[in-house]
Amino acid sequence: MNMLYILKKFSRALLTVLLIVTTVFVVLRLSGDPAIYVLGLDADPRALDAFRQQWGLNLPIWQQYLQFLGNCLQGDFGYSYFEERDAITAVLERLPKTLQLMGITGLCTLLIGIPAGIYAALHRNSWIDRLTMLVSVAGFSLPNFVLGIFLILLFSVTWQLLPTSGSGSWQHLVMPVLTMTVAEAAVFARFTRSAMLEVLHQPYMRTARAKGLRWHQAVCRHALPNAAIPLITVVGFFVGTLVAGGVVTETLFAWPGLGRLLVSSVANRDLAVVQIIVMLIACSMVLTNLVIDLLYGWLDPRVGSLRTGD
Amino acid sequence: MTTLTDTNVYPRRRFRLPLLIWLSVAWLALMVLVAVTGDLWLPYDYQSIDLRARLEPPVWLADGSWSHLLGTDHLGRDVLSRLVISVQVSLLVALIGTLIGALFGTLVGLFAAHFRGWVDDLVMIAIDYQASIPFMILALAVVAFFSNSLMLFILLMGIFGWERYARITRGLALSSIQHGYAVAVRTLGASPWRIYGRHILPNIANALIVNMTLNFPQTIMLETSLSFLGLGIQPPMTSLGNMVGFGRDYLLTAWWLATLPALVIFLTTLAFALLGDWVRDKLDPTSR
Repeated sequence: MNMLYILKKFSRALLTVLLIVTTVFVVLRLSGDPAIYVLGLDADPRALDAFRQQWGLNLPIWQQYLQFLGNCLQGDFGYSYFEERDAITAVLERLPKTLQLMGITGLCTLLIGIPAGIYAALHRNSWIDRLTMLVSVAGFSLPNFVLGIFLILLFSVTWQLLPTSGSGSWQHLVMPVLTMTVAEAAVFARFTRSAMLEVLHQPYMRTARAKGLRWHQAVCRHALPNAAIPLITVVGFFVGTLVAGGVVTETLFAWPGLGRLLVSSVANRDLAVVQIIVMLIACSMVLTNLVIDLLYGWLDPRVGSLRTGD
Repeated sequence: MTTLTDTNVYPRRRFRLPLLIWLSVAWLALMVLVAVTGDLWLPYDYQSIDLRARLEPPVWLADGSWSHLLGTDHLGRDVLSRLVISVQVSLLVALIGTLIGALFGTLVGLFAAHFRGWVDDLVMIAIDYQASIPFMILALAVVAFFSNSLMLFILLMGIFGWERYARITRGLALSSIQHGYAVAVRTLGASPWRIYGRHILPNIANALIVNMTLNFPQTIMLETSLSFLGLGIQPPMTSLGNMVGFGRDYLLTAWWLATLPALVIFLTTLAFALLGDWVRDKLDPTSR
């Protein structure tokens, strides 16, 4: 992997972050006059002027933009009038809960999805393969909230085994994790299967067999590592759906994380909080994609060399 | 041990898939029929409130009655009527959204392929940018900043997925423009509109149709999810996600309120996904 490749990926990521922050700034200004938004339509014109003076809203737009950038760099994202404190505090407070949910879901997804996909590929067209793929299609086309409702009905209402909402004990985690894992594992199983099938047909597999390796040796030493490379690309998509699914799942199970905060802030039009969460998610997506690009370039030298163009 | 060249693959597949495909087509046909003819046979107006008949169970349960086949909700509104109207709304929104997205994405892709250079670079950056952010987050942000309205919501559903059409169109158009037929038509003096509209688009239509069948159920899922969160279709209008969202509060006492629309959503998206997979296998064998 050469420096040019790394540099190009880094500058692309930085550019995207700048683009995101700029979009938020433009949208924020397009969505209306903050002075009127905060003080109300029938506020005293002198109060409005004073407010604009105080927050620098009467400056030229490019100065406001620079000020906005500076504030972002200093971690000053404004005051949440709904939470009645700095918006960033409210957001950071919710972050651990979301990371916990996403971490456990991610682990379960890998533990279920990848073995299922490998097994299905190795036993192609067996009834297990067909069943796996059918379950995978069903899991993927089952919206989070639909599955969650069915789970609540089963585990909480009918059997009364698990609490319907909230957080605190491991019992609270079961249904949210299960809800998110089904859809994610479905995608992973499907992708792993096709990556494995691709690899199993390569000439080097035939060579490995011809030189006397047993089938499982050839699979473990040659097929699995090669199939793992394209799997890395699906991780970006995975994180994206995890974030989007988390929003719905957290709201359904009243899990006190970022997703639920985002939904309630959108409903209350608490823009300070919304802009932080959106920027946070966008930046973590950019970071994820950067890591994926670098990993991919490192694992597959054909990509990392940049000689054949980007 | 597995043999790699299994010659039985295709004959068996032909027997297996069509049953599921048949069921999918039948279910979707039923949904479309219900959506189109619903207004003719609906037993009640979907908004009419009857406080004396609140939370009545469906007909097959102990206290059910024939006057409300699928029961009533917390305001005594007929669930069957609301379900039919919801199917109408959800399908229509997804249909309009898919068409807008396909049109917009295809046009952008053609522009990028035609002008190349910096236009192409700009389009590619926009595509990467769009693809890297979960669309639901973007939609939530837009709703927060501009507050919700039906037009904005439908437009959002339309923007969803444009980048995939653009990417497919751009890639295929770039390669087809090198083909003999496109070169020949251009040499004969045809305008770009004619080359793209009459010659290149029909040749790449298969891939776009496949993408549409995959995009449609995802649009339904996005719309119902946002409506479920209370940030999509707003009352007094109703959508499938909306019904699940309001029914959630009555899971203990009236489970059918959330379960019936949830089941309709699941069966519809599942049928579309199965059908989409099948169509992709038929039209676009290279994508497997």
